[in-house]
Amino acid sequence: MNKSKFLMVPVLLWAALFLLIPMLIVVVVSFLSRDTLGNVVFPFSLTGYKTFFDSLYLGIYWDTLVLSVVTTVVCLLVSYPLAYYIANATPRIQTWGLILITIPFWINFLIRTYAWVLLLRTQGIVNSVLLHFGWIHEPMQMLYTKGAVLLGMVYNFIPFMVLPIYVALEQMDKRLLDAASDLGATRWKAFRHITLPQSKSGIMTGCVLVFVSTSGMFVVTDILGGAKSMMISNIIQSQYLGARNWPFGSALSIIFVVTSLILILLFNRAMQSKADRAKEGTA
Amino acid sequence: MIDLVQVEKHFDGQIVVHPLSLNIEEGEFLTLLGPSGCGKTTILRMIAGFEQPTHGDVVLAGQNVTKLPPNQRDLNLVFQHYALFPHMTVEENIAFGLKMKKIPKDEQKKRIEEAVAMTQLTALTSRYPHQLSGGQQQRVAIARAIANKPKVLLLDEPLGALDLQLRKNLQSELKHLQRSLGITFVYVTHDQEEAMMLSDRIVIMNGGRVEQVGTPREIYATPKTLFAATFVGENNIFSSSEGLFAVRPEKLRPVRETEGARVTGVIQDVLYLGNVHKLTVHLDQEPMSVTIALDFTDERPWQIGERIGVNWSPKDEVVIGA
Ligand SMILES: Nc1ncnc2c1ncn2[C@@H]1O[C@H](COP(=O)(O)OP(=O)(O)O)[C@@H](O)[C@H]1O
Ligand SMILES: [Mg+2]
Repeated sequence: MNKSKFLMVPVLLWAALFLLIPMLIVVVVSFLSRDTLGNVVFPFSLTGYKTFFDSLYLGIYWDTLVLSVVTTVVCLLVSYPLAYYIANATPRIQTWGLILITIPFWINFLIRTYAWVLLLRTQGIVNSVLLHFGWIHEPMQMLYTKGAVLLGMVYNFIPFMVLPIYVALEQMDKRLLDAASDLGATRWKAFRHITLPQSKSGIMTGCVLVFVSTSGMFVVTDILGGAKSMMISNIIQSQYLGARNWPFGSALSIIFVVTSLILILLFNRAMQSKADRAKEGTA
Repeated sequence: MIDLVQVEKHFDGQIVVHPLSLNIEEGEFLTLLGPSGCGKTTILRMIAGFEQPTHGDVVLAGQNVTKLPPNQRDLNLVFQHYALFPHMTVEENIAFGLKMKKIPKDEQKKRIEEAVAMTQLTALTSRYPHQLSGGQQQRVAIARAIANKPKVLLLDEPLGALDLQLRKNLQSELKHLQRSLGITFVYVTHDQEEAMMLSDRIVIMNGGRVEQVGTPREIYATPKTLFAATFVGENNIFSSSEGLFAVRPEKLRPVRETEGARVTGVIQDVLYLGNVHKLTVHLDQEPMSVTIALDFTDERPWQIGERIGVNWSPKDEVVIGA
């Protein structure tokens, strides 16, 4: 064993202890049953997986996927221009832009999300302002809607999209744009054919980060979505903590992890170009 | 083909290119030669349109293009570090400029075939830049430029990143290419040998100023300034009552009798280089050394430490300005 591999041992142990073993426990539990007190017991059973195919849970699962995809797309549309602007600004503006993007991380996540409640509720700031100017005549129901959940998700996860795209754009060799211009490309064509493909790795990373974070998030749904909006992670949480049905919670987790992984793999495959495959071939 | 009219460039109030007027002929191979940082790239970038001159005009084929962006100028630049598009194959790289100009598909195909044939890339068209050697990448950069059939090709130290042997091979290929295309080349290098070998005319630059413009022969035989005299080839600089003059090493003649010689000195070093040998002689009259180049016909044994005389004929003295 050479030295660098030897140095990997603690990392691998750490990963095994805190990642692999809990994962295995979840897999095992998902195939067990529970007794009337909520204890996890033998025998082996597929009840957890069978329960998932109830139309209630399938519907929630579908909603979760749709919300995660929509959040990812909206984040991308908002973040790309922002990342592009920051990456092409003067060093001073770049520094400030990055600080502004990361400042929300210094504030507790719950507080940030509750702040939206103050803005969106019936007597909230947005409604008050609109009423005051007479643009609406009675308060709009904004809180506890799907729109509010989407807003909360997008707001929380924009940095996850901006930062990887910023890094990709920042690292791009700017001389390629000179070359494109020299070969007759307009600014738009140079963006379309050079900048966009060159920032693809950042887009892919950002999309996966936002998708995974959104689909695993239950706090935002709880706070901004109210009782009606449910995502798969809300169910998992309630099966573990409220209903004490661990085998079902575990089965949902496994189903969710596996389907997410498949989706991410399909996404990566779809985004991969001929050039990426050539690179993998020689690397 | 290109007229630079009193072109001047400042960066942050600092003069990088002093007012420069230059007329580049059609079909000419013109080289900007000078040490690193003397403003060569800046001049090329002003011709291509990436930099705006602070003062002055750039005229291309009779049209004042000073205000035109690079994508509207009928010329192409081969970048110092190639700037190939990493996510495109060789063929896609070459096709890029043709697509941008909306050239019909079959014409595109013909032009790509021509360009890869001229640059010997035919077998590599489906490779990506990272799968190519430095010399091959360099060829792609040239193929990508010439496929556009520009009136002028600008080349910024195109061989600078390559090792010596490859550079020598590509130098002759470039010269051959320029002759067969018959288009104007504006070439930038800091390598005086390369400039001498390739150019129809050389512009010697130093500190943002033109020192001399001339054919390689003129530059070598009659340098106008001290910088030009010493930057291109070896030279010996003497001072006389009228000023400075230069005498090339091969024009100096060593003699055994010190009496009656123009100058005298002690041999410090003898170098045998096969076809020539060189003597380094420390002079008695002035605190300096001169280099003498002797061809292979000279079979006299020269010893280190020997005191000799050095002669030259007055017609080989080249008077240079300060
Ligand atoms: N964009 C720029 N901003 C400020 N100074 C520059 C810029 N580009 C070049 N310079 C300066 O101009 C001088 C000439 O540069 P350049 O034309 O690249 O020289 P060369 O190509 O002969 O090595 C250098 O001193 C360089 O630092
Ligand atoms: Mg340069």
